[in-house]
Amino acid sequence: MSSGSRLAEPGTPPDPTVPATATATNTAAGTDASCGHPDGVHATARIRATYNGRVTTLPQLRSDGPFHLRRIRTGGRGATVGIIGAMSAPLGGDRLALDITAEDRAELEVTTAAATLALRGPTTAPATYDVRLTAGEHACLRWLPQQLISAAGSNLRQTCTVSLAATSRLLLREEQILGRADEEPGHLVSRIRVHRAGRLLLDQHTAYGDPAPGWDGPSVLDGHRAVGQLLVVDPELDADRAPVLLREGIKDGCAVLAPLAGGPALFATAVAPSSSALRELLDQALGHALGE
Amino acid sequence: MSRAALLLLADGRFPAGGYAHSGGVEAAVAHNAVHDIHSLEAFCRGRLHTTGLTTAGLAAAAAAGCDPLLLDDAADARTPVPALRAVARKLGRQMMRAARATFPSAELDRLAAERPQGAHQPIVQGVAARAAGLTPRDAACAAAYEAVGGPATAAVRLLSLDPLAASWLLARLSTEADAVAANAAGAAARVETEGPDALPSASSPLLDITAEQHAAWTVRLFAS
Repeated sequence: MSSGSRLAEPGTPPDPTVPATATATNTAAGTDASCGHPDGVHATARIRATYNGRVTTLPQLRSDGPFHLRRIRTGGRGATVGIIGAMSAPLGGDRLALDITAEDRAELEVTTAAATLALRGPTTAPATYDVRLTAGEHACLRWLPQQLISAAGSNLRQTCTVSLAATSRLLLREEQILGRADEEPGHLVSRIRVHRAGRLLLDQHTAYGDPAPGWDGPSVLDGHRAVGQLLVVDPELDADRAPVLLREGIKDGCAVLAPLAGGPALFATAVAPSSSALRELLDQALGHALGE
Repeated sequence: MSRAALLLLADGRFPAGGYAHSGGVEAAVAHNAVHDIHSLEAFCRGRLHTTGLTTAGLAAAAAAGCDPLLLDDAADARTPVPALRAVARKLGRQMMRAARATFPSAELDRLAAERPQGAHQPIVQGVAARAAGLTPRDAACAAAYEAVGGPATAAVRLLSLDPLAASWLLARLSTEADAVAANAAGAAARVETEGPDALPSASSPLLDITAEQHAAWTVRLFAS
């Protein structure tokens, strides 16, 4: 194991010069040399979409490592790109990144063909998976990947960094499944940060699976193994509305959809016992967000 | 600095209105997710390392003299549900009143004028700590302790738990609370060079969801 690759154990007083939050900072920066491993895959795939006055074109579609990019024909004004997993990743020690940009007035949707499975790999060192989403003025960007599954023994630090112009529209859905069927999950640390017109709109950091302290307790997941978020940003959205609660109990899963403080944005948080129940909650939240 | 000032600021009897809030434990008790001292400990541990870490970072940064309005925006971005933003500002307003009377300072006056509806509570707490001559680490410690002390005290009332058992629980969590405060203060020290992004944003999905559920109840014992 490389040094600095694990969070401080719960209960042990940490070295004050090495705050546990360094994890967030390192992964947010996207390139922490200590996270890499000589055996790990280092790959950055890039998608850039522009608008030529008629339709959205893709001047850059650069596959790399496990990310095989395919344009999917849709016929409309927008472009859709599917990401096909070309190898098993992320494994421990990998450093993966996706750079996705929709320039002014472009309309881009990006999906993954299958769930992303984080596995242990040849080392217990963390893998990093950094997604950077950028949308220009009047651009529309939809990031709708399939679930991320944190398998037993895996160790992944994931970031999603979003930068929006004042007039961009965004639809983002992220789903995390903790463990495959009936196994303990790996260690999954995620940070999502969204800036809109230069101002911070959302900053959330989660840590699930041992050794994250308290992650499975009644104040965090209470035994649930599927957790997800949905973010809708749209300058034309009427975000000044009451929160919507989906399901009243917590045992069968539940969600809330509510406006964020800093802009025309609705954000849903959901927890559920299974991936299908989670998707159902997030689909319902999306329906409410779009006013259906 | 005065140790007694820290005890005063962190005292449950400091008239800042915290006693009316359960820190989410009332909703957890209603869902039967917290039902005894062990589930309460798990609840408090999760809250300490999520909300507790985040509020401790904000309090430490405010105590270090970072721009409280910038921190207030950072707190909003770290609080995705309106119910918890409203609670944080209400508690901030109440703490401001008590703090200005207890530790008069121009910085508190300025923040009160800029945020008449209340700044997020940990930021007021941090500025108050600064006014009292306390360190960022002290402010983080008060915030971290409050993150577990509030729900533990509320659970004693909701579940008729043994108050001695609740004290035992808080003592057991004290080392972890200290570690959280140290991490938070370390992050706050980096704000000057890295901006508020250096601060923790640890969050918990269930605290967010159940806070909105709880806010929709018509009858409840605690305000949050």
